[in-house]
Amino acid sequence: MMLKTEPFVLNIGPVHPSTHGVFRMRATLDGEVIIGLEPVFGYLHRGIEKLAEERTYGGVIPLTDRLDYLASMSNNLAYVLAVEKLAGISVPERAQYLRVIMAELQRIAAFLIAVGAFINDCGAFFTPFLYMFREREKIVDLFEMVSGQRLLYNYMRIGGLSQDVPDEFFPALDRFVRQMPAFIGEYERLLKENEILLARAKGVGILSQEKAVNCSMSGPVLRASGVKWDIRKVDPYLVYDRFEFDVPTGSVGDCYDRYRVRIEEIRQSLRIIKQAMEQIPSGAVKSDVPHLIHPPAGEAYAHIEAPKGELGFYLVSDNSIAPYRCHVRAPSLMNLTTLREMIIGWKIQDAIIIFGSIDITMGEVDR
Amino acid sequence: MIANFGLDLERYWSALPPELPPDWPGGFWWHWLVFTIIIIAFVLGLVMGFIWLERRGMARMQARLGPNRVGPLGLLQPVADAIKVLLKEDIVPDKADKIVHWLAPVVAFAPVLMIFAVIPFQNGALLADLNIGILYVVAISSVSTLGIFMAGWASSNKYSLLAAMRDVAAVVSYEIPVVLALVGVVLLAGSLSLNEIVKAQQIPFILLQPLGFLLFFIGGSAEINRSPFDLLEADSELVAGFHTEFSGMKFAMFYLAEYAEALFLSAIIATLFLAGWRGPLLPPWLWFLIKIIGVFFVIIWIRTTVPRVRIDQLMALAWKFLFPLALINLIITAIQVLAWPEALPWAMIPVNIAIMATLVLLWSKLFKLGWGRVEV
Amino acid sequence: MKFEHYGIGIAKGLTVTIRHLFRHPVTVQHPEQRLNTSRRIRGNELVWSRDRCTGCATCAKTCPQGVIQIVTSVDLVGNKYEVAKYEVDTGYCISCGLCVESCPYGALFMGYAYERAKYRRNELVQGKEDMMLESGKKQPSGYFYPEIARELPRQTLLVERITEKA
Ligand code: SF4
Ligand code: SF4
Repeated sequence: MMLKTEPFVLNIGPVHPSTHGVFRMRATLDGEVIIGLEPVFGYLHRGIEKLAEERTYGGVIPLTDRLDYLASMSNNLAYVLAVEKLAGISVPERAQYLRVIMAELQRIAAFLIAVGAFINDCGAFFTPFLYMFREREKIVDLFEMVSGQRLLYNYMRIGGLSQDVPDEFFPALDRFVRQMPAFIGEYERLLKENEILLARAKGVGILSQEKAVNCSMSGPVLRASGVKWDIRKVDPYLVYDRFEFDVPTGSVGDCYDRYRVRIEEIRQSLRIIKQAMEQIPSGAVKSDVPHLIHPPAGEAYAHIEAPKGELGFYLVSDNSIAPYRCHVRAPSLMNLTTLREMIIGWKIQDAIIIFGSIDITMGEVDR
Repeated sequence: MIANFGLDLERYWSALPPELPPDWPGGFWWHWLVFTIIIIAFVLGLVMGFIWLERRGMARMQARLGPNRVGPLGLLQPVADAIKVLLKEDIVPDKADKIVHWLAPVVAFAPVLMIFAVIPFQNGALLADLNIGILYVVAISSVSTLGIFMAGWASSNKYSLLAAMRDVAAVVSYEIPVVLALVGVVLLAGSLSLNEIVKAQQIPFILLQPLGFLLFFIGGSAEINRSPFDLLEADSELVAGFHTEFSGMKFAMFYLAEYAEALFLSAIIATLFLAGWRGPLLPPWLWFLIKIIGVFFVIIWIRTTVPRVRIDQLMALAWKFLFPLALINLIITAIQVLAWPEALPWAMIPVNIAIMATLVLLWSKLFKLGWGRVEV
Repeated sequence: MKFEHYGIGIAKGLTVTIRHLFRHPVTVQHPEQRLNTSRRIRGNELVWSRDRCTGCATCAKTCPQGVIQIVTSVDLVGNKYEVAKYEVDTGYCISCGLCVESCPYGALFMGYAYERAKYRRNELVQGKEDMMLESGKKQPSGYFYPEIARELPRQTLLVERITEKA
């Protein structure tokens, strides 16, 4: 006798523990296997791009904090770079170094969350997540010291930084940089060879090199597929051309590679911070920029290597005090485009970890 | 001196405490009443203790503090939680199968209590010294799966249903290696009664049956759905699994059942592999308690460390790893018992440990976990 | 033949977790134990100096949320603006600190306090008296004012609290 079977539809999200915010996947299941997937987003749309048109150039900076709220410094940086390009403003050397330090610290913090949340999606009961939050906490402490807040830093300004770092910053940073490798070693010990993690993540959710490039992926997801592409190398901004660092790449493009690439990136970021601490000159941290700027009519696009990938701001000016158009090239949204390709054919449990391994922030996807 | 000490130790170890008469403290009904009360108090008390231990111990392993506000060291936290849960509204989904939904927690919880009837707390101190003790344990323990399946079905929630299906699949396949692993112990002890098995353990069977212990521990954790096999309440995938739609008292029952099952696994392991109530100096029931808590601590420790396996990997582990190894273990034990009955105790410990290491190493090469992508 | 995946990875992980059992937990229990916040903390209130403010309203213009309301009248005798009303609805304020940075006379500060939860929304509105520096009740934070920051207690840092080697 043949049993009559039929696929059924399961709504994963928008309120679900592992959708990293308010993402929704409409999955068609055949037993446990996903045979169809429809990502639905827009639950966190706040109209940030439109709001930016109503604000002065300086007033947009606090808005950018709220895009990828796990990497506010990077968002600040990308935006101010775009404005500086648009208005032709130069930035003092010390400010550039400090920006590099902040951006790299932010990358470390974001990768820690990404890896921690990914392992959590794999089913570990919060242990790696909490360990990694502990290290992130140290970074957040440093950010709090320089900017006064712990999540939405709003630290970069057009033409520099809001204020110089306090005296106690560099000793604390030095301590952090010296402590961190030992803690990374601990994570490696906890996770790298864990058989269950290997079984769960190796070979799961493979994204081929070709497809990754065609879908305009960026960041760790692209690099895990084996493409050596890092904006800091191919189009250096700030003073990145003065530092030595490697671009870690994966070989297969599976979830495990993505996790490995992120851990390696943390090591490289620490290397950059170390060099920046040695080279940093003294001097002003902000060039003389008026509160209200009127960039000449025109357009500018600046991009940086944010933790999630290539974060770009495209600004159009009509010579008024507010941008005429502000568009964000959000890496999270771009990286989501291949989600269906990666998930179909895997089981629900794999779908969750594949989604987790892309590492998105809904604030940036929906804007 | 040293030889004397060894002899002393051996005497302490092998000297059995006096066996309680089967109708202690006199009369069938008295026996029944006293032990029912003891079992219920024991299970509820230890379950509370376990919840506390799990939350605090796990928190400390995660660099946190854990609940420490209610009572000294947070000891009363489980009580506070229980009160909170009991006062909550009982919400039944509109489309739910009301009767089954109501019955499910009871079916899940009651059998777990019944198991403790055959577990000896002391020499002869047990509700019913069944001569088929192990069979009884195996049979009863799988009944609570029915409760879980009922819960999953009755909730009319897709997550719950998926969780219930996973649980049934897991229990059906894990029952086999678990029972096969137990047979090794039975062969060594020559009895199915748990009290007799404890009495037979001149050396704790974990040393004579290391492979059996490993298999039973893995299989048992899978059967009671402890991490890394907690697929049916996989919070990162299935929200809360089969008890997503349960609240208030019913949820409390599931919660209790879950920890009572962990307690039952710890107790069985302590009885079968760690020589139950036997031990020098301390009173027997204390030894039993210490062993139970020790086993449970290992379970917590593992839960803190590892991620969860996938459903097909869970199946693969049962059929490709545990099942063949359990068969091999059974055969080896049988040969040992038949061929060298007199050489058994001390000489066999290193041999069996070596056999276990070799087999596990070999199998890690031989089998692949899970299947991977399905073409659709 | 290389042996791997026989459980050694899990065993290594187990050593990491058990070692944490003997370490100090990171948790700080808030109401009793407090960490010092950053000297530059952007608390959720503003502190305003009546004496220094000229009523120029630069802060109100800079505020991206538009939550600062200023009403001024001309003081003919003193030849300056008299600030009749200075009101900030901190319920809308995003604590960005741009107003503080923009004030040309150093009359506006971020507050050092961060516990200002209220039961009603309109209680969050800060009037002139509520935010006055001169009343002595409000502690301004060192955000953008290094000389105030120097006086404040040093921030507690987790990097300094954690001394164990991993
Ligand atoms: S802190 Fe920002 S939002 Fe608040 S009043 Fe000042 S400028 Fe406006
Ligand atoms: S910018 Fe300063 S001086 Fe001007 S109104 Fe605001 S607080 Fe007063």
